[in-house]
Amino acid sequence: MLRYLGKRFLLILPTIFVPLLLVFLLLRLSPGDPAGMMLGDQATPEQIAALRAQLGLDQPIWVQFGIWLKGIVTLDLGNSIFFREPVMQVIPRYAGVTILLTLVALTLAILIGVTMGLLSAMNRNKPIDRGVVTTAVLGISLPEFWFALLLIFVFSVTLRWFPVAGYNPPDAGIIAFGATIFLPALALGVRQSALMTRMMRSSMLDVLNEPYITTARAQGLPETTVIGRYAMRTAAMPVVTVAGLAAGYMLGGAVAIEIIFALPGLGRMLVEAVGRRDYPLVEGGVLTISLVLAVLNLLIDLIYALLDPRIRYQ
Amino acid sequence: MTAHIAPMPAEYVSALPEPKTVLDVQNLSLSFRNAEGLLPIVTDVSFSIAAGEAVALVGESGCGKSITASAVMGIAPENAEIGGTITLNGNVISGLPPKERRKLCGRHMGFIFQEPMTALHPTLSIGRQMTDTLKHNLGLGNSAATDRAAELLDRVGIPRARDILKGYVHELSGGMRQRVMIALAISCGPSLIIADEPTTALDVTIQAQVLDLLEDMRREMNLAMLFITHDLEVVGDFCDRAVVMYAGDVVERGRSEDVVRAPAHPYARGLIDAVPAHDDGRTRLTPILGTVPPVGQWPEGCRFAPRCNRADEQCRTRPQLGHVGKTDVRCWHPLEASA
Repeated sequence: MLRYLGKRFLLILPTIFVPLLLVFLLLRLSPGDPAGMMLGDQATPEQIAALRAQLGLDQPIWVQFGIWLKGIVTLDLGNSIFFREPVMQVIPRYAGVTILLTLVALTLAILIGVTMGLLSAMNRNKPIDRGVVTTAVLGISLPEFWFALLLIFVFSVTLRWFPVAGYNPPDAGIIAFGATIFLPALALGVRQSALMTRMMRSSMLDVLNEPYITTARAQGLPETTVIGRYAMRTAAMPVVTVAGLAAGYMLGGAVAIEIIFALPGLGRMLVEAVGRRDYPLVEGGVLTISLVLAVLNLLIDLIYALLDPRIRYQ
Repeated sequence: MTAHIAPMPAEYVSALPEPKTVLDVQNLSLSFRNAEGLLPIVTDVSFSIAAGEAVALVGESGCGKSITASAVMGIAPENAEIGGTITLNGNVISGLPPKERRKLCGRHMGFIFQEPMTALHPTLSIGRQMTDTLKHNLGLGNSAATDRAAELLDRVGIPRARDILKGYVHELSGGMRQRVMIALAISCGPSLIIADEPTTALDVTIQAQVLDLLEDMRREMNLAMLFITHDLEVVGDFCDRAVVMYAGDVVERGRSEDVVRAPAHPYARGLIDAVPAHDDGRTRLTPILGTVPPVGQWPEGCRFAPRCNRADEQCRTRPQLGHVGKTDVRCWHPLEASA
């Protein structure tokens, strides 16, 4: 088990390094210059050159990358060009929102997906199953931003249950936080829950045909144990995979939701930072997302190993 | 004053010299409900098994052996329509609701499957699977269930039982897996064991060991055993009586030595001629030409007639099971008991 985890842990490094390198290169290959953006139209070439030298942008690209890598190791990611404060201080302000949003959305998606999938599998080919499957197909086909607008229209504008937009951090109280996070999380989670519903349904139906389920029944175990322990244990594996993919998608792809609900999240921050050519902030943001993703993948691998002893011994 | 007659205690009943009937199946039929109506799978199966007796259910693939067993066990698919009477230890169980039937499983009936690799849970430990059953059926606590599980593994010849309990099915060899399966099936002291081709998936050398183990268990626990197989050697060596099935019907039924040595039904004869013999110097086997007709395409009358060289006009009407010579046979033109 420890050897397995150690091996997984080593695999994290390339997972983080490759996206960092790509982003670093792409930013510098794309047109636009942070010094020019900062100084505005009136700046003279001399002023721009001076600022470039100050930011270290006149150095060769590999030297810049080396300096930045050194920064990661010493936990100094430089200063944001736009905010004029350390990246290490800017990022946590935004990353917290995104991570919380992802966690709530993922929880909602898993709760809805697993319940609906089970309900559907247990009532195979009955009206309730058909209803769930149709809803799931609809859920997969709807774009998130459209669903977000629908939620705002129904629950915020018409019923006035939730605020239209804005964000309260958890320190403001769980109710205040919940009120601002629920609709965005639901909008973000619904598509993933539809995917999980379908995954749960088909994997449960597959597992129910397995001989070991017949054995469990033939041993006289009650149906609740047969489904809840014997079937779920194996049927949950593909759902864990989908949950991992969903988390990765939510972390990086929540931009539209963050903009619609005016959440100060990482996705929105990144889009704005790219627009401002704020190299250090973009790189810091990507580093954060890769790190969280890598930890998440490690967690998924750990869950796999707990669920399936065959993985532990490989 | 009339003498009060107390019911006989159960131990006394089973100690009587007369063998007690454990399982009695009368006129069992099974059909699948589908869009077009009912599709008959098994039409008329009757047999009984006494305590300590092994009965073989023999036939080619697709003749209805396994589905008959699952109907007895109460784990037939949901869309199955089952007729006839199944009696277990004197109680009619065929009319019971599914939940009540489930309660008989494990405690009164044990099931051994063909392929232990897939019949045991891949990601639950062997101990967990055994203790779940023991705790649920016998109401044992955690440690008592673990002790009993270790005893059972020990009994079926698995060394280092305590370690194996912590292990998983993929860590065991085929023979070991089937031993675990047997331990699981007998764990709650059933009176009936249904074994569905328990040695088919095993190496030939292991087959004999597993059969010996089953034989030991049968004698030791006085088990009634329903043995589903297509291996006629197993029938002759291991079973007291044999029931030969063809296309959902019982075609011959009797003591296994009579059925194997001198079958009266042409199909049973064909099965035996298709097995290589060790002693008679034949170099060519005699196959039964053709295949079992698929369900839903059974001929009117005798279902074996299209493959039978003795078939004539009379075989267009359905024969009934009748006593011929030493066995019960469903045939208009049974073979002479000459071989």
